Amino acid sequence: MSITTEQNATQAPAPGVTADVSESIAEHTTPEQITTAKIFPYPLNAWWVAAWDHEVTSKALLSRTVADKSLALYRTEAGAPVALADACWHRLAPLSQGKLVGNDQVQCPYHGLRFNPAGRCTFMPAQDTVNPSARVPSYPVVERDRYVWVWLGDPELADPETIPDMHQMSSEEWAGDGETIAAECNYQLILDNLMDLTHEEFVHSSSIGQDELSESDFEVTHDGNTVTVSRWMYNLDPPPFWLKNMRDKFPGFSGKVDRWQIIHYSYPGTICIDVGVAKAGTGAPEGDRSQGVNGYVMNTITPETKRTSHYFWAFMRNYRLESQLITTQLRNGVHGVFGEDETMLKAQQTAIEANPDHEFYSLNIDAGGMWVRRILEKALRAEGREQA
Amino acid sequence: MAESRNRRWQRATVAEAVDVADRIMRIVLAPEHPRKVRAGEHIDLELELNGRTEMRSYSLVEANDDGSRLAITVFHTPHSRGGSEYMHTLGVGDVLRITEPLQDFPLRVGAPQYVLLAGGIGITAILGMARVLKAVRADYRVIYVGRSRSAMAYLDQVREEHGDRARIHVDDEGTSLDAASVVAELAPGTELYMCGPIRLMDAVRRAWIERDLEISDLRFETFGSSGWFDPEEFEVEIPRLGVNTTVGRDESLLEALERAGVEMMFDCRKGECGLCQVTVQEIRGEVDHRDVFFSEAQKSVRPAAKLCSCVSRVATEQTDDAAAASGTISSSSPVETTHPVPRLRIDVS
Ligand code: FES
Ligand code: FES
Ligand SMILES: [Fe+2]
Repeated sequence: MSITTEQNATQAPAPGVTADVSESIAEHTTPEQITTAKIFPYPLNAWWVAAWDHEVTSKALLSRTVADKSLALYRTEAGAPVALADACWHRLAPLSQGKLVGNDQVQCPYHGLRFNPAGRCTFMPAQDTVNPSARVPSYPVVERDRYVWVWLGDPELADPETIPDMHQMSSEEWAGDGETIAAECNYQLILDNLMDLTHEEFVHSSSIGQDELSESDFEVTHDGNTVTVSRWMYNLDPPPFWLKNMRDKFPGFSGKVDRWQIIHYSYPGTICIDVGVAKAGTGAPEGDRSQGVNGYVMNTITPETKRTSHYFWAFMRNYRLESQLITTQLRNGVHGVFGEDETMLKAQQTAIEANPDHEFYSLNIDAGGMWVRRILEKALRAEGREQA
Repeated sequence: MAESRNRRWQRATVAEAVDVADRIMRIVLAPEHPRKVRAGEHIDLELELNGRTEMRSYSLVEANDDGSRLAITVFHTPHSRGGSEYMHTLGVGDVLRITEPLQDFPLRVGAPQYVLLAGGIGITAILGMARVLKAVRADYRVIYVGRSRSAMAYLDQVREEHGDRARIHVDDEGTSLDAASVVAELAPGTELYMCGPIRLMDAVRRAWIERDLEISDLRFETFGSSGWFDPEEFEVEIPRLGVNTTVGRDESLLEALERAGVEMMFDCRKGECGLCQVTVQEIRGEVDHRDVFFSEAQKSVRPAAKLCSCVSRVATEQTDDAAAASGTISSSSPVETTHPVPRLRIDVS
């Protein structure tokens, strides 16, 4: 919408620029820079994963909180996922405790109001009509690459084209599976964790950690909505996890490998990590990965509340696609590795809460995570929600 | 998303006031506390009429991105209660009291198809929706109906912005709209949003029910819901409580009863919840049901049984229909040469 008037030339000042209002706000808040915020706010004009595909059914309602909004999720008989606000229009009873009734409708567990997938009320007890104003919010929702993505912000901006690319999850060229971690920390702490893998040496020493990780150089690139961190390590002994994978593809393998970790972040919460090793000196850095094994760690993090997160992950591989055994072994292996992160992240959040006057300081290794924070900060400013 | 039920009042300055069509004026307001505006929102506005403060609702036709400029459009109705006359005297720099934008007519993004139907000044509620649907590349049509081209505001804009998606019907050019045919053409699942005269909206609603389409797919603005008759003064009596009072043209039955000291229950005050209903014992005149709580069947009961006191009124019985409405007090009472004031005897809970 637009209106053109002469007065219109006087635009509202940009945040932080001279204006009586923003000055008075600035006095009461932390500095302009929110990049190092400990409890990072979440944008709402964003596609967040609410659930795995198999969790959302036409048999029962799923209750899930995303970005502090409680949702009732279900599927129509035709298979389309639906996300309604989980509070009835009438007296706010949770719809997720109700039931699914004819024609893809949700019946409130308390006085029986019914709502359709658009969130409109279709039945009221003890009267002949239905109040046309009665409704609950119905959020835009898209199922893609094994996840159900929901948009809680301005529905006019919900463009499915901007859903992060996780195509390995639904491609015939990749196999694998994953889980969800109920992480007891702010979502950005998990994004920090995944954008800097030098922690593997200290947190995951028994599986994927090795000294070369913190010794090798890395490169960071970024654009409006993505950040990439690449690290190559040459001619090293594979850690246990990778030795096992090499032997799955090359039975009896032993020897040195070249190892890579290429971390791809996409706004708002997706990090796909291209990982692998190849027999040393066989051309993997130049693009020939035929003498190696390649996996993708598909992570997508959703803020549940400011201090808890849904951490959805899967491990996909592009070799030995027929082996369900390897799928299970890899899922269990990553489950163990990520369990170590889960413990650390919870301990970190606890320490943050216990030390409210202490701030974050940064290291060189934080470059990737800091660019992610910058992208999120811009999105938050655009929504006017940068104050947590 | 969940819109607040509370009205937040603020001051607004008139930034622009221009005529845009025959007796139609566009007023741009600069509110004290701007916020982003959504399609379908309106403001309530206070105006001074004969020393009394009254409230009117106006759809927001347009707004800039941050909501610091709000455009409304005012139609000068000769039979109005004076509000539109007052509005037409406004000039740049005048200060008014308005609410923050209120949402009673939300547009849902995501339906497979849309029809937006505007009758006359109802275009003001529809324009913003059409723009949103165009922006999100929805499958939509705009149908704009009016008496004559000169009385149709934003006609060029509708044609320019929506091209083939817009259809114009003009009564005095013989291209009046047949509401039933609009409904007959719809694919099931289409959402129809309408704002316009009550007769148009009723015709659409009837056709909708007849076709057995999903009633929740028919969307309309209820605040404007004028009745079938112009508001008249009428008398009301509650024998049980010894109450006898007159309901003025400018007030509701509910307000008049509260003024007379009757403790009334209510919630929405716009004809939706049914909490304010009263039981009719006797009536002289005809009930002008303006609520959406009672069904068509309940409203057509003769003699009238119940009505929503927050919006519904009593009007002088129309002479042609008088005979048809048998059983009412007035039709069986002696014929009078001058119209007696409509009268209602009720009980309340
Ligand atoms: S709370 Fe849902 S019907 Fe009453
Ligand atoms: S108060 Fe709700 S219908 Fe009158
Ligand atoms: Fe880790």
